[in-house]
Amino acid sequence: MSGHWEVVIGLEVHTQLATKSKIFSGASTSYGADPNTQACLIDLGYPGVLPVLNAEVVRMAAKFGLAVNARIAPRSVFARKNYFYPDLPKGYQISQYELPIVESGELFIRDDEGNEKRIGITRAHLEEDAGKSVHAGFGKSSGIDLNRAGTPLLEIVSEPDLRSAKEAVAYMRKIHSIVRYLEISDGNMQEGSFRCDANVSVRPRGQKELGTRAELKNLNSFRFVEKAINYEIERQIELIEDGGEVVQETRLYDSDKDETRSMRSKEEANDYRYFPDPDLLPVEIDDEFVEAIRKTLPELPDAKQARFVSQYELKAADAEILTISRALADYYEAVAGNTSAVAQVAANWVIGDLSALLNKENVDIQESRISATNLAGLLDRIADNTISGKIAKEVFEAMWLGEGSADEIIEAKGLKQITDTGAIESIVDAVIEANPGQAAEFRAGKEKLLGFFVGQVMKETGGKANPGQVNQILKTKLK
Amino acid sequence: MGEGDQAIHQRTLAGLAKGLAAGEFSSRELTEALLERIAKHQATLNAFITVTAEQALDQADRADQARTSGNGGPLNGLPIVHKDLFCTRGVLTTCGSRILDNFVSPYDAAVVERLAAAGAIMLGKTNMDEFAMGSSNETSFFGPVTNPWDTKLSPGGSSGGSAAAVAARIVPAATGTDTGGSIRQPAALTGTTGIKPTYGRVSRFGMVAFASSLDQAGVITRSAEDAAMLLGVMAGHDVRDSTSVDHPVPDYVAGLGKSVKGLRIGIVRQHFDEGLDSQCAASVKDALKSLEDAGAELVDVDLPNIGLSVPTYYVVAPAECSSNLSRFDGVRFGHRAEKPEDLLDLYSRSRGEGFGAEVKRRVMTGTYVLSAGYYDAYYLKAQKVRQLISQDFRNAFENVDVIAGPTAPTTAFAIGEKTDDPITMYLNDIYTIGANLAGLPGISVPCGLADGLPVGLQMVGPHFAEEALLACAHQYQQLTDWHQRAPGGFL
Repeated sequence: MSGHWEVVIGLEVHTQLATKSKIFSGASTSYGADPNTQACLIDLGYPGVLPVLNAEVVRMAAKFGLAVNARIAPRSVFARKNYFYPDLPKGYQISQYELPIVESGELFIRDDEGNEKRIGITRAHLEEDAGKSVHAGFGKSSGIDLNRAGTPLLEIVSEPDLRSAKEAVAYMRKIHSIVRYLEISDGNMQEGSFRCDANVSVRPRGQKELGTRAELKNLNSFRFVEKAINYEIERQIELIEDGGEVVQETRLYDSDKDETRSMRSKEEANDYRYFPDPDLLPVEIDDEFVEAIRKTLPELPDAKQARFVSQYELKAADAEILTISRALADYYEAVAGNTSAVAQVAANWVIGDLSALLNKENVDIQESRISATNLAGLLDRIADNTISGKIAKEVFEAMWLGEGSADEIIEAKGLKQITDTGAIESIVDAVIEANPGQAAEFRAGKEKLLGFFVGQVMKETGGKANPGQVNQILKTKLK
Repeated sequence: MGEGDQAIHQRTLAGLAKGLAAGEFSSRELTEALLERIAKHQATLNAFITVTAEQALDQADRADQARTSGNGGPLNGLPIVHKDLFCTRGVLTTCGSRILDNFVSPYDAAVVERLAAAGAIMLGKTNMDEFAMGSSNETSFFGPVTNPWDTKLSPGGSSGGSAAAVAARIVPAATGTDTGGSIRQPAALTGTTGIKPTYGRVSRFGMVAFASSLDQAGVITRSAEDAAMLLGVMAGHDVRDSTSVDHPVPDYVAGLGKSVKGLRIGIVRQHFDEGLDSQCAASVKDALKSLEDAGAELVDVDLPNIGLSVPTYYVVAPAECSSNLSRFDGVRFGHRAEKPEDLLDLYSRSRGEGFGAEVKRRVMTGTYVLSAGYYDAYYLKAQKVRQLISQDFRNAFENVDVIAGPTAPTTAFAIGEKTDDPITMYLNDIYTIGANLAGLPGISVPCGLADGLPVGLQMVGPHFAEEALLACAHQYQQLTDWHQRAPGGFL
C-alpha cells in the first residue's frame, strides 16, 4: 500500500503432513472417505485411550526446519490447548506451545519491486487437526465428521515481515513450493491440506510500534489470501482515517462477497489454558538425527533456480517459474538434457506451449501426455531445420493427441521442411508470376509486401518451406 | 491352619493356584462360590458396580479346559475383579460416575488384557470414588462402599470397592489405581496389601485418566506374594502408552525370598509428628522394630519439602483432571442431557448432571490454576515444588533402600464424617502423595489393629524397586500375621 500507511502482515501457514496415518493414532489420513469411517477410538477421544506420536511427523518437521535454515529444537514439548467444541473430541487439541520443534528460520521472496527479500520464520510446530462440523442437512442439529481429527499439521509462523498482499502470496507460494519439494505435504489447497491465517495491521509509515491487528482465518487459496488481505488493508485504513480504531479480533473472509467480517473479539477469545501434555514425552532430537535428515534433503527451489541460471543460461524469471515445483523442474531438465536445441528454447516451450496446454487441459506436469523425451525430439527437429517453428506447433498438438514421436508424426504427415533451394526457387518464381501487381509495388519500394510473398510461398508449400530460405530467395528475386 | 482346612474364599491367590493345580476344586466351582459371596455381601458392602457372572463362568470353563490340556497361563482360572476405572470390552465401565452410567467400553484396558491373557477370570467391576477423586468412596454415583471391619466406616478410597471386596474375603485380589494414595490408603484402612508400582511400570492404556502424570495401576491383595504374582503379569512396556517404560520385569515371586538383613530402611521424622494417631504410630513403630530385629537397619532420612506435597498435589491433579474430563461432553458417549436447547446447554447440563460435587470442585480448581494470569503462580510453581520433592527422594535413596512409615494418619473413619470438609479429607493422603509426585513405587501392608481397626505400614522405594518392596513386605508377612486377620463378619 503506497502513501501514508505501511502494511504489516504475518502468516500462519497450516500444512497437512503427508503421513499415511494420523499424528497420534494408526487411523488413515486419506481424504474423502465416508464421515467417521477413518476415526479410531483415539481420534474419537474415548475414555482411557492415549496418544502415541507418529515418528514420521518428527522427521518431516525436521526436514522443513532444515530447508528454511532453522534451528531444530533438541527438545520440544506437546501441550494441550483446551477448549470445548463438538468437532474437538478430547476437549483439547494437542499442539506445541512454548517449545516448538522448529525455531528461527528464514526464506527469500521477491518483493513488489522485484528485489530479493528475507522473511523470517518465527517457528513451526506440530499439532493435530480437529474434525469438521457439518451444519447443512441436519435440521437444527449439526453433524460431526471426525475423519480429519488427528491429521498431522505443521503450523509455520512467519515474522511480521510481509508488507503487502503480494508479498504474502509470494511467501505462501514459497512455503508451498518447499513443502512439496520436501514431499512432506501434497499441498492440496482444495482439500484443505494447505491453508493459512493472516495477521494484518497498518501503521503510519515511520511509526515503530505495530498497529492493532486482525486475524483473518482459514484462507485456502493464493487468490483469497491476496483478496482478503487487500480488503482488510483497505478496511483498516478507511476505519482509521474516519477516526475509528481497529479492534483486535478474528475475522472470516467471505469469498462470495469479497469481504472480511468479525468472528470474535479479543474479549470473546478462549483462554486455552495450555499446559504440557502429560500423556506424551518431550520429543528429543540429537545432532546425529538432524544430520541424517539433512542428507535426505533434495535440492531446494532457490538452489535449483540458481543452478538453472548458471547451467542452462536461463533468464532468472524463467528459472524461477521452472523451479516452482520439483516435477516441472525435473521435466525441464529431462527435455534440456536430451535435445540439441538451446536450453532457453527448451525453457520457452515448457513455460509457453506446454504449460498453456496443461493449464487448458487441467492436468499436472506428471500427467503430461507429451513426455520429456518426445518434446526433446521435437526441439531437435526444429534445431536441425527439419521443420519450422510453425510446423512444430502442429507436431506438438499431434504428440498431445498421442500420434507418436515428432519423427513419426513428421514422417506420417509429410511435414518435413523443404530446404531444397531449387524447389523453393521455382515456387517463388510461380508466386511472383501470379502476382505481378504486388511485385511491381514491392520493387517500387513498398517493402512491407515481403510478408505477403512469404505467406503466399508458405501457402503453396503447406508451411513446409524453410522460412529463412524463403526470405532470402524472395529478396533476391524481387530485386 | 493348613490350606486344606480353609474355606475356599479365605484362600489367597497363591493358595487357590495350588488348590486348582491339585484338583481340589475347579475354576468353575471356585467362581461359583465367589459369585455367591459377592451376591451375599453386596447389600452390606456395595463393593461392586457390575458383576459379570455369565462371562466369568464361561472364562472359568475355558480355564478348566486349559488346565486339563496343560496350556493355561500363569494365572489360569484365578478370579479377580477390576476397579471400574479400567475399560472392559462389552462391559459397563462407569468410573463411579453418572456421566458414564451407560458407557459400555468397546475395548479392554492393557491391564485387563494382560490379566485375561494370563488366564485370570474377571468376576466384576468394583465401586470407587467418582473418577478416582476421593479418599472415602463416598463420591461414587453408586453410593459409598462400607468397610468390612465396621460397616459404619469408610473403606477409604478411591479404590474402596476393590479393598472392601478383598478384605471381606469376597475375592482374593482386585486391581486398583493410585493417583495420590488410592490403592495404599484403602489397603491400610481395610487390612489388605496394596501396591502402587513405579509410574510407567504398568500401562495406563484403557485406564480412564484422572491425573495422567500421577495415575498408576496396581493391585490390592491379601499378601505380598499375591501382589507379586499379579504385578509380574501386569507390568511391562506397552507401545500404546508413551509414558510406559521399557524396563525389564523381574520375576517378583522368585525375588520374595530375599532377606531384609542389611536392608537400610529410612524413617522420615515428619511422618510421626502430631498429625499421626498415636495408636497408629505405635503399630507402625512395632512393625519397624520387627524389621530391625530381622536384620534391617533403621536410618533417619530427611525429606525437607515433603510437607508441601498435599498442596502441590491439589494443584497438579486438578489441573490435569480439568483437561482429562473435558471429553465427557455428552456428544459421543456417556450421559447426555435431554432436549438441549443449544450447544452450551448440551455441555453445561450434560456435565452438570453427570458429574458429582467433588469432581466439579476439582475441575473448577484445575481450570482456575491453568488460567491465563494464574498459571505461573499455581501450576508452574507446583511443578517446581514437585521437582524439589522428587529431588528430596533421590537424595534420601542415596542412603537408604526403602523409606517406611504410616500409610494413613488414622484408621478408618466414619462414612459422612469428613464429607463436609474437603481439606481434612485431602490430608488423609498426606503420607502417600509424595510417591505419586515423584513417580515412586509404594506398598502398604497391614501392621496392626488399633481399637480393632487395621493400621497400614507404607514402604516407598526408588524407581523400579518393586521387587525390593515386595520382598520386604513378604518377609514382614512371614514374621507377622496381621495380613491374615479377617474382619469378624466376613470369616
